[in-house]
Amino acid sequence: MSHNRPTRLAFDVGGVVLAFVLTTLVLVAAKAPPLQAFYNILLGAAGNWDVAANVIVSWVPLVLATSGLLITFTVGLWNIGIEGQIILGGVFSTWALRTFQNSSLDPALILAIAVVAGMAGGALWAMLAGALKTFGGVNEIFGGLGLNFVATAINLWLIFGPWKRPGVASMSGTLPFDPKLWLPTLTPESRLAPASVVIAIVAIVAVFALVQGTYFGLRLKAVGRNPKAAYVLGVKTWQHMMAAFALCGLFAGLAGSMQVLAVYHRLIPSISSGYGYLGLMVAMLVNYSVPLAAPVALFFAALNVGSIQLPIVLKLDSSLAGVLQGSLVLLVLLTKGAKERLLGKAAK
Amino acid sequence: MTNEAIILAGLAGVLFSAAPIVFAVIGETISERAGVINLSMNGTILLSAMGGFAVSLASGSLILGFVAGAAIGALVALVVAFASITLKQSQVAVGFVLTLLCRDLSYFLGNPIMGQTGPRLPQLVLPGLAQIPILGPLFFQQDIMTYLSFAVVILAWIFIFKTKAGLELRGIGEKPAAAYVRGSKVEGLRYLYVAVGGALAGLAGPMYSLSVKAGWKGTISGLDGIGWIALAITIFGGWNPFRAAMGAWLFAFLQWLGLVLQPSLPGIPSQVLQVAPFPLMILTLLLVNLGNAEWVERSLARLPEKARKRAAKILRAMRATPPAALGTPFEKD
Repeated sequence: MSHNRPTRLAFDVGGVVLAFVLTTLVLVAAKAPPLQAFYNILLGAAGNWDVAANVIVSWVPLVLATSGLLITFTVGLWNIGIEGQIILGGVFSTWALRTFQNSSLDPALILAIAVVAGMAGGALWAMLAGALKTFGGVNEIFGGLGLNFVATAINLWLIFGPWKRPGVASMSGTLPFDPKLWLPTLTPESRLAPASVVIAIVAIVAVFALVQGTYFGLRLKAVGRNPKAAYVLGVKTWQHMMAAFALCGLFAGLAGSMQVLAVYHRLIPSISSGYGYLGLMVAMLVNYSVPLAAPVALFFAALNVGSIQLPIVLKLDSSLAGVLQGSLVLLVLLTKGAKERLLGKAAK
Repeated sequence: MTNEAIILAGLAGVLFSAAPIVFAVIGETISERAGVINLSMNGTILLSAMGGFAVSLASGSLILGFVAGAAIGALVALVVAFASITLKQSQVAVGFVLTLLCRDLSYFLGNPIMGQTGPRLPQLVLPGLAQIPILGPLFFQQDIMTYLSFAVVILAWIFIFKTKAGLELRGIGEKPAAAYVRGSKVEGLRYLYVAVGGALAGLAGPMYSLSVKAGWKGTISGLDGIGWIALAITIFGGWNPFRAAMGAWLFAFLQWLGLVLQPSLPGIPSQVLQVAPFPLMILTLLLVNLGNAEWVERSLARLPEKARKRAAKILRAMRATPPAALGTPFEKD
């Protein structure tokens, strides 16, 4: 039996190849030209500086969400409630801006307060899921899902109720903030705010340092591997889970905050834009490895941005990006399973 | 129409709109009884709704539409089964990926048929029974799938609790090792029940696209989210078909109540009332799980004997304990 590196690598590459084959088959089934579709996605994501900048804009919340999720995955939690945590981040940031926008405070200070408020909002919502799990025995998947719906309801209620635009409330969100309260962008027309990119990079580096280089990270791993053994060895199990929830919530809240401060400049109904769920996919695809998360998140962001033009150019639905992302994660999971089954667990 | 007739029609509508959720919840209950969480529910319902509608539209046959829906549901479930049973991957991970993949597949492949008018399941008034006062308009002027939704609850309950095969089903979900020793083919049976559960859930899709919310409208079909509800209701139902069906009806009732109450609550936007049942679902999840929490047991032990017994009784009545081997792979050795 050859348990050598090339065989193992062949499985990993095979998964990715199969995902492209599956997506190609889907395109053929939809009577679409596959090569043209892939080429258009490439063009839509890297064809000029504007779209490339949009990929970075989309990468920021995705990598922030993934960073947080890597912490909850380390401790063995499936924080599916991250969507709601992103929403609450956006809501709290909006609240902070609304509260201080007419004050005499320096705009930079108001922005800082809004960022902190967003992080607090995300952490609060995450700890709610944690409390439901710890003290209520509610599995974090179902508690989190429920809280996602509640967060959506809160967001809609604010947009259509207390925070509605003067005149008529609409799905386009609250009234945009004064441009002095926008996170400064590269050029006046661009949506790319350098500060948000710096924050995202700091986030992923911080998570790497936390998980790989601290005792706290080591204890999180211990709880994730075997909570009972960790407890017996003196690691406070539920406290660490709660801390992981809170930390993930901070990052998720930051993602929501960036969407409000740097991208939309207002609160919109779909403020989380599915970045939380996509972050779960990224984390699974990289098998919870922190260093790989950033480039894979960039690739996923490129797929999302690249497919925006598909409906206009090829009359295809832009959900093709999701089909390719889903196929990738599914087939990488399946080939990983096949690898372990055929080559033995040691091949992991 | 009198007030009474309006309320009756509303309640009949609750049973009608809950029917697909009943199918999905019973399907998930069977799958989880066998020890496998099929988290792909939300994507399964969307893909089978689109697929069932597309097949019906092309063939003009309602039956083929439902067959296609069930086949899609079974197929997606078999992927979950293969990944988790044979390849020993996390059920939650595979199910979650399939949720998103199937959702995007349904939007992508359903793009060309968006907004088209297709066949629609007719109402099937049961002669005689429909004339019974109150019960007639409530139960016997529905369509065939709604009648079947009543039947599937009863049949699932009888199967799970009153048949030998049902006992075996519970065995492979509770103590697979013991079931294996007694001669059950644990892995084969899990495949079977996951597929059956998936097929039942797959029927929920065409029930929407050919009946309750007829047609396919892509992202605005209003179906995204229903699968997650079905998963929550399965837990609320404590893996018991009757309790699960009660959950589905309660959910549909609350949504209807939201619509009815809207004119008298002008301060609350309609988008909020539509999601209002969700916080209530969380609350009920909390209640049914409270008995499983360690600190509750500990604080119960401190109560005086009489109060403790009463509290324990109440908690036990609400409590739902999952099949012991739920979510874990079965290793023969």
